[in-house]
Amino acid sequence: MGVEIEIKDLTKSFGKQLIWGDVTLTIPAGEICVMLGPSGTGKSVLLKTIIGLLKPDKGSVVIEGIDIATCPEKELYEIRKLFGVLFQDGAMFGSMNLYDNIAFPLREHTKKSESEIREIVMEKLDLTGLIGTEDKLPGEISGGMRKRAGLARALVLDPEIVLFDEPDSGLDPVRTSFLNQLIVDLNAQIDATFLIVTHDINTARTVPDNIGLLYHKHLAMFGPREMLLSSEEPVVRQFLNAQMVGPIGMSEEKDADELESEKDMELPPLPPIPPQIEPSSGVPRRSQREPGVWCKENGITPPPGSFEENMTMTTGS
Amino acid sequence: MASAVANRVLAPVGTAGKLFAFGLDVGRNLFKRPFQTREFIQQAWFIASVTIIPTALVAIPFGAVIALQVGSLIKQFGAQSFTGSASVLAVVQQAAPIGTALLIAGAGGSAIAADLGARKIREELDAMMVLGIDPIQRLVVPRVLGCMMVAVFLNGMVTVVGVAGGYVFNVILQDGTPGAYIASFTALAQLPDLWIGMIKALIFGMLAAIVAAYKGMSAGGGPKGVGDAVNESVVITFVLLFIVNFTLSAIYLQIVPPKTG
Repeated sequence: MGVEIEIKDLTKSFGKQLIWGDVTLTIPAGEICVMLGPSGTGKSVLLKTIIGLLKPDKGSVVIEGIDIATCPEKELYEIRKLFGVLFQDGAMFGSMNLYDNIAFPLREHTKKSESEIREIVMEKLDLTGLIGTEDKLPGEISGGMRKRAGLARALVLDPEIVLFDEPDSGLDPVRTSFLNQLIVDLNAQIDATFLIVTHDINTARTVPDNIGLLYHKHLAMFGPREMLLSSEEPVVRQFLNAQMVGPIGMSEEKDADELESEKDMELPPLPPIPPQIEPSSGVPRRSQREPGVWCKENGITPPPGSFEENMTMTTGS
Repeated sequence: MASAVANRVLAPVGTAGKLFAFGLDVGRNLFKRPFQTREFIQQAWFIASVTIIPTALVAIPFGAVIALQVGSLIKQFGAQSFTGSASVLAVVQQAAPIGTALLIAGAGGSAIAADLGARKIREELDAMMVLGIDPIQRLVVPRVLGCMMVAVFLNGMVTVVGVAGGYVFNVILQDGTPGAYIASFTALAQLPDLWIGMIKALIFGMLAAIVAAYKGMSAGGGPKGVGDAVNESVVITFVLLFIVNFTLSAIYLQIVPPKTG
């Protein structure tokens, strides 16, 4: 069914260096959210804080009434059973083959018989297209396969929340598209809450129900996909459209001179909002909204050409 | 400024505290079920396999050096009949546990630190925690117990090999009388000496494994971090060993009165 994640005033710093401060957002149950941000803005740190691998300096992360940031370790290990996490490189256990890796959570946490385990593992392997590789060691397969195997392992315990740490890094565009379709299909199938951390704009534009943008040590914006894609807010606009004009520079922030020099530059028009990826079964997801509904409700005219099928996937230049 | 200096001065204290806390965590997880029997046997076997040959090779010259040194010293005192006793005492109480510990730390500890460090930077440990499994209970406890067990066994081996080596060198190189060497074993040595040797080996094995596991699990910063962790774990263990050895020896000599010939 999915579980809501309520994040309040979350602040984290390493030593004196603030990573992000006062991050407040609610990740709605059963929906797909994408957390975006330029490299090095602490997206992965946020993810690790949500699972309790890192303790925030301040604030709370409440899941099913339990605050991950302050609860004792014992409860933390219990609540983590709700999670499935896909780590950047899959984080497979190097000493076990793929089958044992994926069966590992089942063997640890359930009393299922080996034949039941086999059934579940084979189902997840099939889902991620890994049938035939179950005897391979993680070191013997490609990065993309490791990632898919990591996803298979994250899913075996039927998680309520699935976290993806850069699912598309190091994958070719075709595999990324397949993986994005897989994510949407999975959400339709298991109704869990999905949080994807990425800096791939294409994923961010087409997959989620909600988008968040971390920038300059704070959460710049969080809201429905259409809200961010039609936003005129400089940072959001620059990032979601991969433009050079805007407040984000090569090194974190542009200085005053640089900003001054591009003051009179004409911003390219907002590109049309692409339609959201739909489940391949054709049955809409529970949290799916009709295209354009948010824009209509809030009286915003989406950029011309939005929500058309087969529109070009290129983002503005 | 003042706080920066204070930070730098106090940093080692913080690390020592964290290491101690880690040790307590391991102690607490020792009693958590289910016990990882498979991992324990695998690790004990692994540690034994990487340490057994170098330990034996080190034990022979170790025993020989002690025999030579003590033998010539004792000859100057004119107490040749006690040569056997003195070298047994030195091997059993000091050389065997220290030699064992150095090899456990150098061969076993570095392997543990490298293994856990690699798992740490590949996010395997994070993945394990997220899957609801405590890596201390699952990975560290079996390694610590394995190290302790292997250390005690190796200690026995070093004792036997060292004493035998000492015997050979004393009899062949220093023209000692075989009978006198063996007969004097019990003149100064006593049973508690064996016990303290074993207890030392047990404690050294535990220290080596805990330091290696702690350093490995707090490795950071990519492959270089793993290398650093291995390096630091070996150095820290060596330093700790000699300090602990001194303390244990001092306490032992206070508690157990030396046997008078």
